[in-house]
Amino acid sequence: MSSAAHTDHDVTDMRDVLVDVRGVKVHFPIRKGVIFDKIVGYVYAVDGVDLQIRRGETYGLVGESGCGKSTLGRAILNLEPPTEGSVSFDGVDIASLKGEELRRKRQDIQMVFQDPMSSLDPRQSVESLLLEGLKAHNLIENDAAANQRLRELLAAVGLPPAALKKYPHEFSGGQRQRIGIARALSVNPKLIVADEPVSALDVSVQAQVINLLEDLQEEFGLTYLVVAHDLAVVRHISDRVGVMYLGALVEEAPAKDLYARPLHPYTRALLSAVPVPDPVIEDHRERILLTGDLPSPANPPSGCRFHTRCPWRQPTRCDTDRPVLRTVDLPGVPAEHRVACHWAEQIESGELRPHEVEAVAVEQMAGISQPDSPIIGPTSIAEIG
Amino acid sequence: MSQTSYTSTASTARHGDEPLLQVRDLRVTFTRQGEESFAAVDGIDFDVRPGQTVGLVGESGCGKSVTSLAIMGLLPKRGNRVEGEVLLNGTDLLKLSDSEMRDRRGQELAMIFQDPLSSLNPVVPVGLQVAEVLERHKGMSRKAAMAVAREMLDKVGIPDPDRRLKDYPHQMSGGMRQRALIAIALACEPRLLIADEPTTALDVTIQAQILSLLKNLVEETGTALIMITHDLGVVAGLCDEVNVLYAGRIVERADRHPLFEQPRHPYTNGLLQSIPKLDVGRGERLNPIPGSVADNLPWTSSCAFAPRCPNALEVCREQTPPLEMDFGRALRCFNPVEVAR
Repeated sequence: MSSAAHTDHDVTDMRDVLVDVRGVKVHFPIRKGVIFDKIVGYVYAVDGVDLQIRRGETYGLVGESGCGKSTLGRAILNLEPPTEGSVSFDGVDIASLKGEELRRKRQDIQMVFQDPMSSLDPRQSVESLLLEGLKAHNLIENDAAANQRLRELLAAVGLPPAALKKYPHEFSGGQRQRIGIARALSVNPKLIVADEPVSALDVSVQAQVINLLEDLQEEFGLTYLVVAHDLAVVRHISDRVGVMYLGALVEEAPAKDLYARPLHPYTRALLSAVPVPDPVIEDHRERILLTGDLPSPANPPSGCRFHTRCPWRQPTRCDTDRPVLRTVDLPGVPAEHRVACHWAEQIESGELRPHEVEAVAVEQMAGISQPDSPIIGPTSIAEIG
Repeated sequence: MSQTSYTSTASTARHGDEPLLQVRDLRVTFTRQGEESFAAVDGIDFDVRPGQTVGLVGESGCGKSVTSLAIMGLLPKRGNRVEGEVLLNGTDLLKLSDSEMRDRRGQELAMIFQDPLSSLNPVVPVGLQVAEVLERHKGMSRKAAMAVAREMLDKVGIPDPDRRLKDYPHQMSGGMRQRALIAIALACEPRLLIADEPTTALDVTIQAQILSLLKNLVEETGTALIMITHDLGVVAGLCDEVNVLYAGRIVERADRHPLFEQPRHPYTNGLLQSIPKLDVGRGERLNPIPGSVADNLPWTSSCAFAPRCPNALEVCREQTPPLEMDFGRALRCFNPVEVAR
């Protein structure tokens, strides 16, 4: 296994960087046996990611299920300790923090989850849900101040003060997500990691929550890491976007450059697959249909991870050399637009043409959860301590 | 909102004039002891012609799935009341006995669901699950049925079908399972296929594969398709005619081109406005529909959408708007969105 290449990409001013992720890997061991607890392999959920998030920006992480985007989000919060690599937040290496120090650091990093129903305790009233964080971090002096603070929080997310006495089941999905956001906001965090914040919501409500997230960012100067599979949502709220495939970033660029001119074959396919609510466009657009399924992250392909499904695959390099994120030498492409493809220039210039790809049946190994289902079952997959 | 104009697009292939399926004043009411009964589907009419793809679109709770279950006769026996008519080639499916309905299900009409893992039998190999339908309805021998099953798996794009016949559902990926489900549904060449959110659980690249597969199969076999989805993007690429549902009633029906180019119902318009688009930049605000379905008024004395509607008039809170025909478009609104230009 090749170690992650630390390329120097200090285009960004380091003082601006809030989160610095270097060569992070998260591998989950696959265990087998009842008496002899043998490790028979690893799921390479995140396999060498470098990324920087600047103060005040929104970084969008997109990819399909099983690409490791959520695991990376959790690794940044140290909820999933990285197997290798480091995450520094505000200049402090998070992995080095333990116990009380780590707990206090968590005040600065908060998370908003996908499913507001399962991330809010059904037996706690909104008041007690919001107070919990405030108390844990000693942010309130007396009851009057607490009351004032709770009202401010609810007003910020657009809920009436009467909501305080209610319980999560009394709210609609959109309102519950607002409570989840208020809880994250309550401790004045610097960074909010939002894992699929709107994917459980109906479209009309989705737009309300997206607008709310943008307003709050402006009001409180927040930095966001938004993990999502919906490319249109990510486009809408992100300043920069990273596209993940099978545990690694394949392309990273300012949102408008990425969507205007995707350079990696995977990004091209992903963007062309998104259904657009306009029949005129739908009738005439060219789709890059990928064949087959995502290979198993327990047994990732050699070389470029995407080569098994890539319509531009070349006989050389693709299946042997693993490409790293690099800037490309193309007119009009900014230095910030980086892509992990050996042939990005030739593909963009049209020198290389796409070809047919034979679908390869992907073996679903017993004991490994499928990319489409959440990882469950402590007997098969356990955290590395 | 700028929209590219299009020069007369090739009109969708002329369908037979006789409708295959006629849904007339379908009403599904759920009752619970001690609680007021609730009409999930509140008087829906629509037709499906042979070879046509009809979309039912709406948000959660609008009654789109209940409509499909009522057509298939799959609603639970107790706790609900189904009224109206569902005519398939003139036969009212709601009046059939259980065994008569069983003969038709899988043979004349079939359905695919959102979550393929819970619709497949986990302890039976996939090939056998396809063959089963053929044995039951076509009276084929196991051997002949397995041969057709192999052909079906091949047709829906499952690589290495010979080996996959013996696979169990858990050995397949989500996309493969959905393909297997489509193979089961289409094995007997039904005349009507109902797809209830068939791609919602799948990733975009897999979704694109499944949608193009459905599109091709429907064109090839002449099967009529009812596509139930919340995703207007899916509808835009696939459906000939689109029904927009809100709180159990159809609020707008039109062919897809006029519907997307000029939505007339404020709800349809609101939905289209609130979707984040790929070509709209960072920082541009979305226009959400205010409120939530909890604010709805009862249809019996008002327009259910009135409390969330930017066009609402006084009359909207006092009378039920009727579904009126207007140049091939059905619309349920007192104050529709103005036609631009």
